[in-house]
Amino acid sequence: MRLLRAGDIGVLLAGAGLVATLTVYAWSGDRGDTVVIRAAGQVVKTAPLTHIQSISVDGPLGTTRIEIEPGRARVATDPSPRQLCVKQGWLTLSGQAALCLPNQVSLEIRGRSPAYDTLGY
Amino acid sequence: MTRSVIELPVTADDRRIARLAALAIGLTLAEAAIPSPIPGVKPGLANIVILLVLLQYGWRAAAWVSALRLLAGSLLLGNLFAPGFWLAAAGALVSLAVLGLARHLPSHYFGPVSLSVLAAFGHIGGQLALAGIWLLPIAALLKLLPVFAAAALIFGAVNGVIVARLLAAPAASGRQSASCTPPSIP
Repeated sequence: MRLLRAGDIGVLLAGAGLVATLTVYAWSGDRGDTVVIRAAGQVVKTAPLTHIQSISVDGPLGTTRIEIEPGRARVATDPSPRQLCVKQGWLTLSGQAALCLPNQVSLEIRGRSPAYDTLGY
Repeated sequence: MTRSVIELPVTADDRRIARLAALAIGLTLAEAAIPSPIPGVKPGLANIVILLVLLQYGWRAAAWVSALRLLAGSLLLGNLFAPGFWLAAAGALVSLAVLGLARHLPSHYFGPVSLSVLAAFGHIGGQLALAGIWLLPIAALLKLLPVFAAAALIFGAVNGVIVARLLAAPAASGRQSASCTPPSIP
């Protein structure tokens, strides 16, 4: 009597396939297709993530420059002292956002289905 | 004053189930001492006993051992009727149902490893289903699904190999009688 029989290997492979499918399904997230840019809480521009463009937004501290490429967007330069929104880098998934608080500029990726940024229980 | 003695007739089957349930409860307690990074990710060592019981004494005995382990184990751990208890109960129930179906698979191709992996998936599936219906929104569980599924696959396979080795142990013929010690892992 062998430890592993033919069907066992099949079951193990099917299980591994299930795990891989679940991983892709649960962790890939929803790719965003538009970016919403706000300044001082007002929507300045809504742009599709389809072609390369650069948008400059003025805030109280200076100019924030936003770069858009197919499928992703980022804050390229910002006058804020800590540069947190710049260090976030490229945003790709629906619901991701970069906030440049001192300059009151924000960048939010939207997908087909609106995502929550935080859930509390 | 007369002392009344209530005597409950006990069959050999009852004794065997009690013995095996005690073994499963012991493993449950030992397992509770193992720290786990995520609640719910556990080796499920008691399932080794339940699978052995299923393969040697049938599904009814396995269901009894599983129910007794659940009840007495949570009584000893202090979470009887707490949310964790119901999650474990849902897992055990689905796992037993899966085992009830899977044991009819042709045993020439499907050994203990298959049964163990399927039971482990049933276990985690039952737990997550109840948690999703009752405790958490499904969206929150979704992100944890791959972790739980991977744990079920790995621990299910390991437990299955242990069961297969225990069944293939040389003392296999003598164990059918009444030995109360588990066969040691070779």
